[in-house]
Amino acid sequence: MIHSWLERNSILLLVGIICVIAIGGAVEIAPLFWVNGTVEKVSGTRPYTPLELEGRNIYVREGCYLCHSQMIRTLRDEVERYGHYSLAAESMYDHPFQWGSERTGPDLARVGGKYSDQWHEDHLTDPRSVVPESIMPPYPKLFSTPLDYRDIQAILKANRAVGVPYSDQQIAHAKDDLQAQADPNSDGVDAFEKRYPKAQSRDFTEGKTGISEGTALIAYLQMLGTLVDFKSYQADTPENRR
Amino acid sequence: MQAQATEPSWRFDHYVVPLTIVLGLIAALIEAARSPDPRMVLQAWTFGAAMAAFGIWYMRTYVGRTPHDEKTAYADDVIKAGVWASVFWGVAGMLVGVIIALQLCFPNLFYFPDLPWTNFGRMRPLHTSGVIFAFGGNVLIATSFYVVQRTCRARLFGGSLSWLVLWGYNIFILMAGTGYLEGITQSREYAEPEWYADIWLTLVWVCYLVTFLGTLWKRKEPHIYVANWFYLSFIVTIAVLHIVNNLAMPVSLLETKSYSLFSGVQDALTQWWYGHNAVGFFLTAGFLGIVYYFIPKRAERPVYSYRLSIIHFWSLIFIYIWAGPHHLLYTALPEWAQTLGMTFSVMLWMPSWGGMINGLMTLSGAWDKLRTDPVLRMMVVSLAFYGMSTFEGPVMSVKAVNALSHYTNWTIGHVHSGALGWVGYVSFGALYCLVPWLWKKKLYSNALVEWHFWISTIGIVLYITSMWVAGIMQGLMWRAYNDSGFLEYAFSEVVLAMHPYYIIRALGGLLYLIGTLLMAFNLWKTVRGDAPAGAAAPAIAMEAAQ
Repeated sequence: MIHSWLERNSILLLVGIICVIAIGGAVEIAPLFWVNGTVEKVSGTRPYTPLELEGRNIYVREGCYLCHSQMIRTLRDEVERYGHYSLAAESMYDHPFQWGSERTGPDLARVGGKYSDQWHEDHLTDPRSVVPESIMPPYPKLFSTPLDYRDIQAILKANRAVGVPYSDQQIAHAKDDLQAQADPNSDGVDAFEKRYPKAQSRDFTEGKTGISEGTALIAYLQMLGTLVDFKSYQADTPENRR
Repeated sequence: MQAQATEPSWRFDHYVVPLTIVLGLIAALIEAARSPDPRMVLQAWTFGAAMAAFGIWYMRTYVGRTPHDEKTAYADDVIKAGVWASVFWGVAGMLVGVIIALQLCFPNLFYFPDLPWTNFGRMRPLHTSGVIFAFGGNVLIATSFYVVQRTCRARLFGGSLSWLVLWGYNIFILMAGTGYLEGITQSREYAEPEWYADIWLTLVWVCYLVTFLGTLWKRKEPHIYVANWFYLSFIVTIAVLHIVNNLAMPVSLLETKSYSLFSGVQDALTQWWYGHNAVGFFLTAGFLGIVYYFIPKRAERPVYSYRLSIIHFWSLIFIYIWAGPHHLLYTALPEWAQTLGMTFSVMLWMPSWGGMINGLMTLSGAWDKLRTDPVLRMMVVSLAFYGMSTFEGPVMSVKAVNALSHYTNWTIGHVHSGALGWVGYVSFGALYCLVPWLWKKKLYSNALVEWHFWISTIGIVLYITSMWVAGIMQGLMWRAYNDSGFLEYAFSEVVLAMHPYYIIRALGGLLYLIGTLLMAFNLWKTVRGDAPAGAAAPAIAMEAAQ
């Protein structure tokens, strides 16, 4: 009996366990890193701007993924409710991914541009003032807490270290870009828009002075799902079928 | 004991444990003094205070004296401490669960706009980590230390190293839990703790593996008992999962925030490879170790089939590892990976039921004990729940079913039929066995165990049925079309429809918590020796059998 051998030697048993569990993980996960087409080629995706990334950090900090998914499945009702199904390319710069697994609240993959900035501010401050049925927690403090972005360069660098293609220019001007995006009248807006083409720059919390945590979060929410140009994306071509 | 006489005077644990404490204190002081991140400073003080408490305890117990733990045949004091840690975290984790369930019922009452740390998003990981890792983890550490010593007829390897495992693990829980409330999280489900806590857990886990493997190494039995196969696979696989899934780049060594090494679709599959196998190896393999020791012991019958044990073990650990992609069906994950994940998830039904049958059939010839021994009944019912949720799981991983069930409360119901019915009950059963055996006292009250069993069973039934109904309703409402071909319901209408079910769920959870409190009281009275003469006959029989 082979097994009487295994169960009489703890090291053999240990090695046996490691071999058996390694197979499944290796076969399923490893190919995702080298099979072409795991992430489709699309036009429009770009790394997050410094302000959006700070907003995403707030999203991560507050655990929004526990109730909100960011992954529209390839099902008719989801596409009609939320928009085009999500592509792998749309989360290629997401460290970590925030696809979620529950929809206690609605999917947010394409929430960008669906509501006004003011609506988001009202909704985050007091969800039930705009959606009476809502069971979401209120986040008024986001709008009274100034955004701490002292370490924004280090944040971009950490992202570059894990594969997000931030240029030296983008890292060097991270702080300027963050301020410029939230202030449409500043001098840096042109340079910012050159570094992050088509990024929205405006005062996301109008009527309030300074950049709050809420400003960053709204900047992030307003760009979600808006990057890919779906007019030029052809879902049925062989390279886009996975 | 002979084992002690041959113990060398130089012991590595007398250096490793104090060195770990000192290095931990130094790291905490550096972070507290240098970090620009106020949350990191708070975490550093928390860690430093916990390490200082550990250090003081260690000095009082070990310096210049032989601790009580090392005068007995087996190292049981560390298990006793693990039992109380389990009870404490069980009550705490379930209480947080009830609170967040109430938040979803009555948002105006249970949310506090000025206290961001009380929000659902920060408390929910506190609940999941509290019940899975804090309660479940301490149960696994305590029972594995008990089982491995008895079935190997050897003391725990490494002396005070086992205390480092227990203290260290609970310090990890403390760091993770306080971190969540401060908003420190990776926001990756069941892998929320940040990089520094992950590194600490890795160190602790290596000590756990060394303790366990070392005890197997010096065993006086020729064969390694089946329960230990499961414990070993749990320990080593969790180590692999934890390390790979938590690879990340910190913003700086003085800040809490880090960025996952992987992104998007690769991050998703790595995370669910981890997440599903946290279920497979933490919540299943580990607790099957409990089944293979405590049920035969309590029923005083041998395990039903040795061959089935072998098949069960190897097929379970081989197939489980493949099932992760069923969390990502119809998403941007490539189709081949989805299909593979679904196929293996369906196959997983077989080894799961093989294990259930092996456990249940162990009662052959002892079924009458279910009438008189509520502790044994609890463990047997846990196997029934195990069978039910390991049937439900494969069903839900079929793509057509998942299209409806994913993102809904059905998932929550499924998780809790496994968590409350299977993991919870088998843990309670083990605790009800362990306390009388370890303290050599009679169980205080069998009647209270009956109350615990029935109150919590009603709680489970309310919980899972309400979530089944809510989940299926939610899925159907989201995809309902009216006669004109438009979506019938706005999202907010579906939220409103959940309200009564959320209330039933909270009630179910509350009943379950009450049951756990009854257990805590019962175990405390047992240790105090308050049992009236003649109570809890089965426990006495067990002591004699040891």
